[in-house]
Amino acid sequence: MAGIIEVKKLTKVFTTKDAEVEALQGIDLSIQAGDIYGIIGMSGAGKSTLVRCLNFLERPTEGTVEIEGKDLSRMSDKELRKQRSEIAMIFQHFNLLMQKSVIDNVCFPLMISGVKKKDARVRAKELLEIVGLADKAKAYPAQLSGGQKQRVAIARALAGNPKILLCDEATSALDPQTTQSILTLLKEINEKYNITIVIITHEMAVVREICSHVAIISKGHLVEQGRVFDIFSHPKTQAAKELIVRGRDDAGPDTRKGEAASVHEGSGLAAQGSAGADVKDARTEIMKTKSCIRIVFSKNSSFEPVIANMVLEFGCPVNILKADTMNVEGIARGEMILQLPEDEEVQKKMKDYLINRGLAVEEAEGYGYVD
Amino acid sequence: MGTWTNEVVIMILEGIRDTLYMTLTSTIFGYILGLPMGIILAITDKNGIKPNTVIYKILDVIANIVRSIPFLILLILIIPFTRWLVGKSYGSTATIVPLTLAAAPFIARMVESSLNEVDKGVIEAAQSMGAGTFTIIWKVMLVEARTSLLSGATIAIGTILGYSAMAGTVGGGGLGDIAVRYGYYRYEEEIMIVTVILLILLVQIFQTVGMKAAGKLDKRKV
Repeated sequence: MAGIIEVKKLTKVFTTKDAEVEALQGIDLSIQAGDIYGIIGMSGAGKSTLVRCLNFLERPTEGTVEIEGKDLSRMSDKELRKQRSEIAMIFQHFNLLMQKSVIDNVCFPLMISGVKKKDARVRAKELLEIVGLADKAKAYPAQLSGGQKQRVAIARALAGNPKILLCDEATSALDPQTTQSILTLLKEINEKYNITIVIITHEMAVVREICSHVAIISKGHLVEQGRVFDIFSHPKTQAAKELIVRGRDDAGPDTRKGEAASVHEGSGLAAQGSAGADVKDARTEIMKTKSCIRIVFSKNSSFEPVIANMVLEFGCPVNILKADTMNVEGIARGEMILQLPEDEEVQKKMKDYLINRGLAVEEAEGYGYVD
Repeated sequence: MGTWTNEVVIMILEGIRDTLYMTLTSTIFGYILGLPMGIILAITDKNGIKPNTVIYKILDVIANIVRSIPFLILLILIIPFTRWLVGKSYGSTATIVPLTLAAAPFIARMVESSLNEVDKGVIEAAQSMGAGTFTIIWKVMLVEARTSLLSGATIAIGTILGYSAMAGTVGGGGLGDIAVRYGYYRYEEEIMIVTVILLILLVQIFQTVGMKAAGKLDKRKV
């Protein structure tokens, strides 16, 4: 099925005085209508350039971007401007007009598309109601908190009834609580108005929280894409693994829950498993040995004490190096790093045992638990 | 009491009037030329919204040339042009011509730097909403930069007022003219000091009013 956004073989080269920099190389991306699609990568990976290619704020050097089957590169300036009014965008630093009141900011895109001032005001008031800032209509952005500014930006983005909302690091300048509330608002908007949302971020926590699909960008290449849960439980590339690890170490919305779970699980089976800087180094050392695996619990498997049963069955202890729970696509998932006994025969059997119980199992190598 | 005859008082009052007339008219004409020039400089800059190296370079060189000629020289240099335009080369109306010409590139530079201060992110946001170049200039850049533009205008008025006094040396009219004729040629220091004080007062008034207005308009302050 052709998506609402179809990116094909997109390449972007920036030419500077001294050199040519390939910011993006051969990106293929298909985003279905109604998705919340995360694009994640380390800073400098090219994700901000990619999102700007989606509304042609940056023109791709090669390749095409189609929105609802229409090729942006074939559009005249005027058609492109018209198209852009249907693709709203919010930013890390909100980018509000500082000299205009909140309501005038929300009216701004309506003014551009030629809506009468009176009608624009009525619509702007509705939008401020939606984002919960009806009482701030006459305030100026300087009087608002970061979260409130982003809400105004979201109201402004919704003003033109867009089909697509692009979010460029929209929560990166906000604290965890505010991030949570903005993500909830975005989710609501996605569900209520069926707006396709593309989220650019470097935080795995954001992707896990609300995205249905994710693409991982590394050094200008799209290295992995798919459903968030699949990538989370079976990351294929080094870049994906690094982001999953980093996501946990970030002060994401659910880190604290995870710590508590870690202590609880760890105390039962292996004392070394708990957190701490020295322990962490030692842990990394152990993990370089081949006998470590990473497992991710699915929803069902949490009813059965799988690890304990496995230990009883094999009569052989395993070492829990790390245990955590986190929200993936809105569902709590458990994740563990286990060190298995040295006997390779037992290792193999244990892996099979876990896989048979519906757990995602893979080698822990490549997660590089050190920052 | 010999100095402060009715004629002298009237002459000084007329001097104030002429100075204000020259300064304000030149500022207005200066902005008519300088504002579009500054806008074009800002948008054709390599980081602007419509980069154009050729247009930028041409305006850049013009601005630099005019700005590097000392005002008094410029005034004398363009006497033929002034005479052609207003019919004579002395008096306050004639002085407006070189004043405008000297002020325009100065104003253009200040407008350019005010507009360059506008947050690029806000401009990008407007572009993402489908705003055209004209809308961005008119509804984003000029609005967001208004405080800076107004304080720039205050500085411009002060500078033009200073220039107008300089034009007094060649019969330009206004307070500067009086100061030169009485203070320099006739050694009537009292009159010169009074005119200088009046000039200082005028600059102070413009400065205070301009900055107050700029502060009032600025919504970035909580």
